[in-house]
Amino acid sequence: MDLAYSPPYQQFRQEVQDFLEKHRQLWPPRSSLGKPSAAMKNWQALLIEQGYTARTIPAEYGGYGGEPDILKSRIIAEEFTRAGAPGGLAGQGVSMLVPTLLEMGSEEQKKHWIPRTLSGEVLWCQGYSEPGAGSDLASLQTRATEDGEDFIINGQKIWTSTAHEADMIFCLVRTEPDAPRHQGISYLLFSMDTPGIEVRPLQTMTGLAEFNEVFFTDVRVPMHSIVGERGQGWQVANATLKHERGMLGDPDIAATRLNAIVQLMQEETVDGTRLMENPLLRDRLLQLQSRVLAMQFNGLRLLTAQIQGADPGIARLIVKLQGCELNHQLAALAIDALGELGILYQDSPRLRNKGAWQRSYMFDLGLIIGGGTAQIQKNIISEIGLGMPREPKPAAASGGAR
Amino acid sequence: MEFALSEEQLMMQDSVTRYLADRATLDTVRGLIAAGPVHDAGLWSGLAGLGICGLLVPQEYGGAGMTLLDAMLVQEVLGRHVVPVSFIPTSVLAPLALLAAGTAEQKQKWLPAIAEGRMQVAVGLSEACGARDGAGVTVAGAKLSGRALFVLGAADAAITLLCSSEGDVYAVEQGAAGLERTSLRSIDDTQCLGELNLHDVTAELLPAGEEDVIPRLLDAGRVMLAADILGAAQKMLELAVAYSLERKQFNRLIGSFQAVKHLCAEMAAELEPCRSLVWYAAHAYDAVPEESRLMACHAKAHLAEVGRFVARSSTEVHGGMGFTDLLGLHYWFKRIGCNRQLLGGPERVREEAARVQGWI
Repeated sequence: MDLAYSPPYQQFRQEVQDFLEKHRQLWPPRSSLGKPSAAMKNWQALLIEQGYTARTIPAEYGGYGGEPDILKSRIIAEEFTRAGAPGGLAGQGVSMLVPTLLEMGSEEQKKHWIPRTLSGEVLWCQGYSEPGAGSDLASLQTRATEDGEDFIINGQKIWTSTAHEADMIFCLVRTEPDAPRHQGISYLLFSMDTPGIEVRPLQTMTGLAEFNEVFFTDVRVPMHSIVGERGQGWQVANATLKHERGMLGDPDIAATRLNAIVQLMQEETVDGTRLMENPLLRDRLLQLQSRVLAMQFNGLRLLTAQIQGADPGIARLIVKLQGCELNHQLAALAIDALGELGILYQDSPRLRNKGAWQRSYMFDLGLIIGGGTAQIQKNIISEIGLGMPREPKPAAASGGAR
Repeated sequence: MEFALSEEQLMMQDSVTRYLADRATLDTVRGLIAAGPVHDAGLWSGLAGLGICGLLVPQEYGGAGMTLLDAMLVQEVLGRHVVPVSFIPTSVLAPLALLAAGTAEQKQKWLPAIAEGRMQVAVGLSEACGARDGAGVTVAGAKLSGRALFVLGAADAAITLLCSSEGDVYAVEQGAAGLERTSLRSIDDTQCLGELNLHDVTAELLPAGEEDVIPRLLDAGRVMLAADILGAAQKMLELAVAYSLERKQFNRLIGSFQAVKHLCAEMAAELEPCRSLVWYAAHAYDAVPEESRLMACHAKAHLAEVGRFVARSSTEVHGGMGFTDLLGLHYWFKRIGCNRQLLGGPERVREEAARVQGWI
């Protein structure tokens, strides 16, 4: 147990701090995951040049080309958070497609798509879930049939964030309808401008349209836009899902949120008394603080395991389940602490924190469900982590997908 | 930067585990405590042989000079095997008190005996974190009077360390005039608890104490109790999973029902981060003094909550059998329940955590 950073890392931390301070005027305004602004693209280029984003991606694909160094990556993340500086692009293209292409893409695909994705020139969306294929993703039915050199795609995707702005989609389609269901899927890349694609915004309980539905009617896509082999899409997609699950449940987000609630309870009053004086609210806050700390130290343990190349086992499997639930409970406490002020929303007078607590409380429920529901996570923990058996298949179930 | 146990620490934990594997089986423990709470001298001398009793005693006094993190790892194994020995008072709290506040002569008198496993020490800290039934020890003319409750440690401990109402630590010898000890019987017979009534009892002050000697002892004790819960709860989870893979109902292993799997997954999901929290709390005690109190409070409070959840959930997975004496699952259940209240229940220690952070 040694939590100190050695001198070269201390120096690296200092360099990151100096860089952020020196270039403060170039910080772009915080943007959503949609189309990046010109300022954001310039910032992204500068960060790549410094090796503060796309750090380990080879230079020939538009990355920095550094050696993997988990501690440096961690220091970069910590210092950007501490300074409140915007990080590099983090949409689904950068965080999910790029790692997938590096692992499974052809040389031509890597050379063509990775640089354009990293620079922010091309924005991606992800076409995985369907109305009938959520937790059971392998039952997806969007069909791609052969027609000469092309596939003709028909079907529907849902939960497609940024689809209305995206230039391209990475999409799972069924190309071999007669194969066993996990072996009949292919992973395609195609333009969202292709005729026959219709995007409809999907408004959620938050009042915003964070997602879309995407409809495909006779969408013609060249067959060479496939990643991996025909019928291999499930393995390619799992490479991507692994990257997504790693993103959900980050304990540092919970820690930031906890600090905001501490401040809120110090400043806000009820009957003229600080909320922090209320022993019931305070006890809830402390219970959540225990959980946040436990997840942060669990994160340090995972980091060390990653550096040592060790399998962290259950410690990793629980992060999505526990982290998302924790964030949800933190938002719930903030709302309860604010009481009637906590129910204000939209553009109401007396609104606190721009309504973020209610929005988070609702959106976090979406994160508990999305990216593998809490129930699917518990199946994974019990089956992979604890070695318990899978639910037996009903005797009459048919094997292949229809 | 390394948040992990060292090779040596894993080896030490392994050696204690191997020693206890066939010497502290459930049947053995059941037999040892058949007549009531006990500190078992046989197991203790075996642990002394492994060098465990003097883990925190400096090498110059015949110990291993190790850290609270090391002691925490031992306690985790002791909790896992519900071992009826008084490791926390004798081998953790007593050496730490003597090192923090004892004179050279006191250290020389007691530390080597502790390290060799020749001497048991009881420790009364309960009044420093919530006096019940009007308990408390006062000092008049270097003599102690009053009452100390929930004193941790063996009934025949050679000395008992007590905290006075002024925050000083005193040692009283067994059999001292005016001292009367009664055993308290808790749900958990693997731990010894006593009540001391004192009437003008001659006592030795540990004089070199800095202001925070008692709070530091509480920190250490709380981390150790958290570690004990960690080991006991981990065992209860493993027992639940194992039972679910043996027991059949409706022609299926009950471990193949999602209702049971999800309960086990929830136990694992709650318990696994606790391991890192307890590691860090012990590390903070050793190396990050400014965080020590806060982390000890959180470790104690959180393990108490998660331990309770695991204890009842594991019992439920075992169904009716979990409720019987036959299976013996209740030994872990009770150990966790006992630890939850000792040295401050979760609400109490969370309140301390709020004060430490200046929130109130």
